[in-house]
Amino acid sequence: MFQIVYREEMAEGTVVLNEVMAPGIAAKAKPGQFVMIRANEEGERIPLTMAETNQEKGTITIIYQIVGKSTALFKTLKEGDSYLDIIGPLGRPTRIEKTGRVTCVGGGTGVAVIYPITKGYKEAGNEVTAIIGARTKDLLILEDKMRAASDNLRVCTDDGSYGHHGFVTDVLKEILEGEGTDLVVAIGPVAMMKFTCELTKQYKVKTVVSLNPIMVDGTGMCGCCRVTVGGRTRFACVDGPEFDGHEVDFNELTHRLQAYVNDERVSYKSFLKGSKC
Amino acid sequence: MVEKEKKGKIPRQPMPEQNPKARARNFDEVPLGYSEEVAMLEATRCLQCKNPTCMAGCPVDIDIPAFIARIKEGEFASAIAKIKEKNVLPAVCGRVCPQEMQCEKTCVLAKKGEPVAIGRLERFSADWERAQGKVSTPKKEPSTGKRVAVVGSGPSGLTVAGDLILKGHDVTVFEAFQVPGGVLVYGIPEFRLPKAIVAAEVDYMKKLGVKFECDKVVGATVSVDELFEEGFDAVYIGVGAGLPIFMHIPGENLIGVYSANEYLTRSNLMKAYLFPEFDTPIIRGKDVVVFGAGNVAMDAARTAVRLGADRVRIIYRRSREEMPARIEEIHHAEQEDVEFILLAAPLNFIGDENGRLTGVRCQRMELGEPDESGRRRPVPVEGSEFEVACDTAVIAIGAGPNPLLTSATRDIRLSKRGYIIVDPETGKTIKKGVWAGGDIVTGQATVILAMGAGRKVANSIHKYLTLGW
Ligand SMILES: Cc1cc2nc3c(=O)[nH]c(=O)nc-3n(C[C@H](O)[C@H](O)[C@H](O)COP(=O)(O)OP(=O)(O)OC[C@H]3O[C@@H](n4cnc5c(N)ncnc54)[C@H](O)[C@@H]3O)c2cc1C
Ligand SMILES: Cc1cc2nc3c(=O)[nH]c(=O)nc-3n(C[C@H](O)[C@H](O)[C@H](O)COP(=O)(O)OP(=O)(O)OC[C@H]3O[C@@H](n4cnc5c(N)ncnc54)[C@H](O)[C@@H]3O)c2cc1C
Ligand code: SF4
Ligand code: SF4
Ligand code: FES
Repeated sequence: MFQIVYREEMAEGTVVLNEVMAPGIAAKAKPGQFVMIRANEEGERIPLTMAETNQEKGTITIIYQIVGKSTALFKTLKEGDSYLDIIGPLGRPTRIEKTGRVTCVGGGTGVAVIYPITKGYKEAGNEVTAIIGARTKDLLILEDKMRAASDNLRVCTDDGSYGHHGFVTDVLKEILEGEGTDLVVAIGPVAMMKFTCELTKQYKVKTVVSLNPIMVDGTGMCGCCRVTVGGRTRFACVDGPEFDGHEVDFNELTHRLQAYVNDERVSYKSFLKGSKC
Repeated sequence: MVEKEKKGKIPRQPMPEQNPKARARNFDEVPLGYSEEVAMLEATRCLQCKNPTCMAGCPVDIDIPAFIARIKEGEFASAIAKIKEKNVLPAVCGRVCPQEMQCEKTCVLAKKGEPVAIGRLERFSADWERAQGKVSTPKKEPSTGKRVAVVGSGPSGLTVAGDLILKGHDVTVFEAFQVPGGVLVYGIPEFRLPKAIVAAEVDYMKKLGVKFECDKVVGATVSVDELFEEGFDAVYIGVGAGLPIFMHIPGENLIGVYSANEYLTRSNLMKAYLFPEFDTPIIRGKDVVVFGAGNVAMDAARTAVRLGADRVRIIYRRSREEMPARIEEIHHAEQEDVEFILLAAPLNFIGDENGRLTGVRCQRMELGEPDESGRRRPVPVEGSEFEVACDTAVIAIGAGPNPLLTSATRDIRLSKRGYIIVDPETGKTIKKGVWAGGDIVTGQATVILAMGAGRKVANSIHKYLTLGW
């Protein structure tokens, strides 16, 4: 069983952090990898990135945004409670190399996903600028950790309540026009990744994105997670989740993420009804 | 329900089944099983041949006349004991073996078109034992202190585990999914093989002392070399052929197009047919098409029926004679109003502005010269394009080897198509202490062939652990 040893709420309770005992996975996980996770017998297997791992303690840390039934159910788990299944580490690790100047762009919960990658690039000797954004100040996560993990942190909020007033792409554009960068890593909502890639394409700067299609097994046996990259069908769980953003068909991904919207609504609603006491 | 002797000859006893109208609305098992009375009557049909040709058709050499003779006498406990000498999964094989291609094909009575119902009798024996509530466990050899890791808990892995635990070795099965059973739990639907039966077989293994470690993806969570470092003396790779094959035609990524693996995994393993009681959803299409005509295609089509489709059509590029599914399954599908569009192949899928499937464009085929498989090759007919409206499509045209483990394991040899190459006599790979078998060696085959491979490997591993490589 995978026990929660530490729990924290962030972004006004819309995001939850769990540090979970999973020594076998912690021993092997590398930045960019994810786990498939399930809370109970009736539960869905959902993919979550490991934001941090601690080999000595044998723990992994997941940070998830509450968007539907499964994540809402996870939120009800307390310290001392356990997940039923955690499978990993899955996916290809980020290929961290010494490239020079690297810009890591994280939006929303994507900040949790980009955090270990940012740390990895810095440890590999790159000069790392991080840009993180959220709708409003109170929804911003991991600011301190991201500051420590990078050489230079830029913060944006859509409503201007904190940091730069505007989108992460505005700040990225400044950098692209100014000092420049050798590589961009962008992780967040699909729309954010799409706009980031449209921007960096103009400046011919290589851009890596981490895709979040719906998954079932996470080991390459179902094809549910297929995405089109460079005109070819790839399985995000084994060929990714990271891909060259300039090659990704983001419109297809946006569509495919909508596959079960109606069912998800049914599921979430009945959960909210049941859990209200 | 006993079909009485007419002119001194007893006909092959039919299998009582759920009525097609009722069963199309539920996921309960379709064939209901023989009663004791019918089983004993059917058993009297066996001629107890001196030279039982039926046995040549069984890949695991069950002593067929012997177990049938015991059923005839009403000695059911001893019948199942006889079967279990050779087969660790009789309740499964009695249900899913393609008997018409195996034991029943070579039964002498098959010539007259009415072979002894060997599979049904095997199923009867296993079900009888389970219903008694006390499952006999055979005697175990004293512990050898040797440790064996079995990777994959499909029928081949379970056979290796079951055989080696009895020989006194310490066996741990590693499974990527959350429950053991392989295709028996994620692929073959409940209405053909109830999951409680697979669970009972796994429990029986546990009772024998086999350890199961689920949620362990070998090649990701732990590598084969690390298994040796952890103290295992031998490793068996039985990971199956779990890679979905797509057709690589335009529109294949539209919402509503599934691989059979995804469709069946959602429904069976994740219990999407019980949504929203279970959280995993599945598209309950009104108009479903399935490509392919093997057992997998029949399972997908019959699942779609039960999920509430108005119309389910199987589209196959060859003719009826070439359909690889078991005859019984084709028959069941037809009874459940699944339609067949034969000699047709898809050209592209069509979708709406939201990326959802609305139809598929197909082309007629005709049969030309035989290809390397000996079957006549389908050739497209020019100008014969037609469209089939559908909101769900399931691609069931085969499966390949999943490279997750094999690409992470250096020093084993793979064929061009990615299957593991082994010594056919022993199942040994070229890596010391590592064996492989089942679908990851042969490509998708049958439960009983995977078990046959497991049996051979278990003997070879035992020899290695007692005598050396
Ligand atoms: C490799 C990978 C890593 C991820 N890492 C994180 C992370 O670190 N933190 C985080 O908050 N989120 C992460 N996600 C997204 C997360 O998996 C989904 O938010 C989650 O599955 C939603 O489940 P739900 O039941 O709460 O919501 P639902 O109501 O099921 O769905 C809400 C939306 O989430 C998406 N979704 C639904 N089911 C799945 C599924 N099985 N797999 C993927 N997406 C799905 C769909 O777009 C859906 O419309 C990651 C996704 C992937 C593929
Ligand atoms: C839908 C369907 C219907 C079928 N119907 C029939 C039928 O009616 N009759 C018949 O005889 N045959 C049938 N077959 C074929 C039969 O099921 C297979 O030939 C048989 O199951 C193969 O057994 P196996 O042990 O080689 O592998 P599998 O049963 O495929 O089991 C392999 C197991 O290994 C696990 N695994 C994979 N990779 C890893 C890893 N890296 N680490 C740990 N575990 C891993 C998988 O999760 C799986 O549980 C059917 C197949 C399908 C898909
Ligand atoms: S295991 Fe299969 S082939 Fe062998 S006797 Fe039983 S049904 Fe026939
Ligand atoms: S061949 Fe047929 S009749 Fe003869 S022993 Fe076997 S099952 Fe009985
Ligand atoms: S999630 Fe099944 S193949 Fe990627």
